[in-house]
Amino acid sequence: MPDLLADYPRPDATYHEMLDAGGRVRPHWQRLHESLARSTPAQLQQRQALVERQIQENGVTYNVYADPQGSDRPWALDLLPNLIDAEEWQGIAAGVAQRAGLLNRVLADLYGPQQLLRDGLLPAELVFGHNNFLWPCQGVQVPGDTWLHLYAVDLARAPDGRWWVLADRTQAPSGAGYALENRQIVSRVLPELYRDLRVQYLAGFFRTLQEQLREQAPSEGETPLVVLLTPGRFNETYFEHLYLARQLGFPLVEGSDLTVRDDTLYLKTLDGLQRVHALLRRLDDDFCDPLELRTDSALGVPGLLEVVRQGRVLVANALGSGVLESPGLLGFMPAIAEQWLGEELLLPSIATWWCGEPPVLEEALGKLGELVIKPAFPSQSFEPVFGRDLDEEGLKALAERLKARPYAYIAQELAQLSQSPVWDGQGLQPRAIGMRVYAVASRDGYRVLPGGLTRVAGQAGAEVVSMQRGGGSKDTWVLGERAQGQEPWHWSKPLGVRDLIRSDPYLPSRVVENLFWFGRYSERCDDGARLLRVLLEQYVDDGDDPLALQAALALGEQTGWLPPGERLEERLREALLGDEWPYSLRSNLQRLQWSASQVRGKLSQENWQALVELQREAQALESRDSDLGELLDFLNRLLLQLAALTGFALDDMTRDDGWRFLMLGRRIERLQFLADSLAAFLRGAGARDQAALEWLLELGNSIITYRSRYLAAPQLIPVLDLLLLDEQNPHSLRFQLHMVERSLGALDERFATPLEHRLTLLAGQLEAFDLGSLDARTLFGESGVQAVLQGLADLLQTISGAAGELSDRLALRHFAHVDAVSQQTLSS
Amino acid sequence: MTASARYQIFHDTQYRYAAPVSLAQQQAHLWPRECAWQRCLFQELDIQPEPSRRQDGLDVFGNPLTRLAFERPHTELQVNARLLVEVFAHAPHSLAESPPWEQVVAQLTYHGQALSEAELEAAAYRVESPFVRLKQAFADYAEDCFAPARPFLEAVAALMDKIFREFTYDGEATLVATPLLEVLERRRGVCQDFAHLMLACLRARGFAARYVSGYLLTQPPPGQPRMIGADASHAWVSVYCPQLGWVDFDPTNNLLPDLQHITLAWGRDFADVSPLRGVILGGGSHDPEVRVTVLPAGEVAQAQI
Repeated sequence: MPDLLADYPRPDATYHEMLDAGGRVRPHWQRLHESLARSTPAQLQQRQALVERQIQENGVTYNVYADPQGSDRPWALDLLPNLIDAEEWQGIAAGVAQRAGLLNRVLADLYGPQQLLRDGLLPAELVFGHNNFLWPCQGVQVPGDTWLHLYAVDLARAPDGRWWVLADRTQAPSGAGYALENRQIVSRVLPELYRDLRVQYLAGFFRTLQEQLREQAPSEGETPLVVLLTPGRFNETYFEHLYLARQLGFPLVEGSDLTVRDDTLYLKTLDGLQRVHALLRRLDDDFCDPLELRTDSALGVPGLLEVVRQGRVLVANALGSGVLESPGLLGFMPAIAEQWLGEELLLPSIATWWCGEPPVLEEALGKLGELVIKPAFPSQSFEPVFGRDLDEEGLKALAERLKARPYAYIAQELAQLSQSPVWDGQGLQPRAIGMRVYAVASRDGYRVLPGGLTRVAGQAGAEVVSMQRGGGSKDTWVLGERAQGQEPWHWSKPLGVRDLIRSDPYLPSRVVENLFWFGRYSERCDDGARLLRVLLEQYVDDGDDPLALQAALALGEQTGWLPPGERLEERLREALLGDEWPYSLRSNLQRLQWSASQVRGKLSQENWQALVELQREAQALESRDSDLGELLDFLNRLLLQLAALTGFALDDMTRDDGWRFLMLGRRIERLQFLADSLAAFLRGAGARDQAALEWLLELGNSIITYRSRYLAAPQLIPVLDLLLLDEQNPHSLRFQLHMVERSLGALDERFATPLEHRLTLLAGQLEAFDLGSLDARTLFGESGVQAVLQGLADLLQTISGAAGELSDRLALRHFAHVDAVSQQTLSS
Repeated sequence: MTASARYQIFHDTQYRYAAPVSLAQQQAHLWPRECAWQRCLFQELDIQPEPSRRQDGLDVFGNPLTRLAFERPHTELQVNARLLVEVFAHAPHSLAESPPWEQVVAQLTYHGQALSEAELEAAAYRVESPFVRLKQAFADYAEDCFAPARPFLEAVAALMDKIFREFTYDGEATLVATPLLEVLERRRGVCQDFAHLMLACLRARGFAARYVSGYLLTQPPPGQPRMIGADASHAWVSVYCPQLGWVDFDPTNNLLPDLQHITLAWGRDFADVSPLRGVILGGGSHDPEVRVTVLPAGEVAQAQI
């Protein structure tokens, strides 16, 4: 059996996590090493495939900005964990906790007495020049004087084996959720190893975060509501926001879900406004409040800062904590630790020169070629530059730049990274790694996550680890003693009958609104696809029955699906695929995708998968010059996939308020489409045409029922009975009216305020309609029938209009909260 | 002898919204700050409709700030300020007595030394701010005003003079959001642009300089009466000189503010002190109508027809 490790390179000058300088396996890697030595490439291949399948199934993604491959990229996770033994970990954890505590005090000082600046321990330029030093936060008091609830630090191991600090993450540290997800996947793929090595659990960390926020939130006796604020789905780590929100049990909200009234923060829910006591934010400092911070921010909550100032909400991390992320601070930390703690920092940081001090600038200029130059502030449009990549002229220009505004730049030694084995698909290879470690504030100081996110360089030989630059990740296993009281991931609080919840009490209005539109667009796409299929079929069967084609075209125009134009085939293509035509099927499919992406948290994995398939299908069609046959084929497949969505809606979703609105959206949409289509049909030339009646049944998705009932060619009276009045037919107009009535009844009961609308009245008129008056053999003959048809068409149009009005009123009352009913504020 | 002047000021702002505003939060910088050379004898803020909440306090730069919340639908907002202010002479006697500019920069630069209260305050105004992004072009523009060893305040006055000579006052040329580099390129703008530009030039060279908002007494054309609402808000800059403290410069008029400038508020730039700033829900399109009148106390102005 070939040894997988036979060709594994011996370590060079850099530190190797698994092997010592002599190439011997380090003791804590023995067990994993043996297991690797016993494995075949096929086995590893299979396990890596399992990892990837889990990532796919769990929908773990990472968005890369401006990525031509589309924004959602699957998370890259290596099968093999990086191992750290318990004793070494203790040192790391103590160092991280010390650093977190110190940085917390630095923040309290910067937004308070500013003694560090007065004493000259920190340069004012470095603090005031940072766009995340928020002036209006000066003087703010935060609950428990905890400014950093969650802290992360990027570490790298130098050849001497020590871990060095590369950067502090103090604003809204990302990656802890990915670390947890990595653990869940890798521990399942390597279960024996995971058990044998007694890997330390991660759960306690997240529980502490949850408890700490609930405990410190200024809840004034109320049950604290904590929400997770995300900038939205375009953020690079949106998956993590979703994942953490679910794990922590915090509603995931966007800025527009929140509102400030009376110096209090509220969540806009279907039930009205619910007070929010704590906000775990993933939104950058200066975007959080357009009233007092960046006015161009559409992501924040106007007035949030004043709520913070009044001590009515906890924001974690505190607003303005991003100022500590400037790499310029690294060099000042040892002196601050000395002064304040009388201690040395347990973790050294990478040599960093802030250029704002003239002698330091001189020193940095002297060896620019060996250093990396970084901006001191994120607002600068300046990417890090490696001195060694520049020629003489480049170095000179860089030196000029530094001299012009020295305090805006820092010079840093290059980070030296250690190596760890990764499975690259064919074999084991050493790759550079860095480690992000997390700390959370707790009652007894900072508690460090026993593990972390190990990040792996994208290519062999690369010296930078960055997820944005195509790197990967590893799980981090801290081995050895499991501390008392630790347990795997589940909640400690036992839930009893009294804790049972039958509906989501914090369903944001925005989510419900998007579910409503998700319902409307899925139905709209279905209607459109059916109509376009009729049109295409009629067009392809050219000349068989000109009357039927003409009637279909008229209907297409009147319902707004068919764009105007000269050549019919072009108009049909435009209606299907048009970029220009705003009502094209393609545009509606895009809207469907958009609304679906807004409610992704409410959809099951399978449901989401079906939507992804749908999108793939639609994209495939754009890229080729399809002939009409292919287009028809596409429409058939599309209708099948849309039917799957209907199935999910009917059978896969919890019947909560969100679902009720989704179905209401579908019903209102179908009601409008049916009413508009039938009205147009009755006014057109096809009312007595057999072929036209046939396609009308197809359009109304009722042809099978008709055939099984009448075993004959379609005729007007039975067709109208089936499409208009038959209460058994889930595709009839009356059925839609009935279902809308029922949903509204449920809403009225739920919110104890009836919504007035005209549909009930109109439904009565429709039910009273006598189909017998369409019989030409009766008293008034053909001209009488025409008049009756016109009257019926008028009624249908009125019904369609009333359905549109109903949709608007629902939106005002339940989504926008501008209706008198929803202005009230609630607190639990 | 202390020369002084008294002014009555009317600053009226009116918003008419195309659609009802259901929720609004506003912050007003409309009351003058206390300073050594100025006192406010009377102040009143008349607000229609009645705000749901009103809170008067100071902002982080020490300016009076009124926070307003409107939680009921409204289609119009009117905020009228009435002030009576006395200003005392405070322009410096001699610019030549200031230290060489190199010494000023060196003194402001971090050396690991403790900072005095004044130095810490000045540090806030040495760095970039939302409307004053620092670029090499600004340092270069001011280059010829800063001859070696020139007294700092003389150099600043030379910069003010240069901006005054080379730029055209043009109310149509810029918006609040026009980037400074564009102002520099087109050589046109209004008082706010000139103040921001001068701040950028000074800060790019390492000095501490702040934005001052206020009013300026203007004289009607000869033989014509003073008109209500004929004036506007004004803006200028103030620079920090270690020995002398803060000194005002008005690049729009090329003069050292003294008895005719009424100080309202100061900050890093316009964003910190805009007279009325808010976030509204609803409203549609809306342009405010602003009318400012500055009257020597006791004088009467005529209503415009």
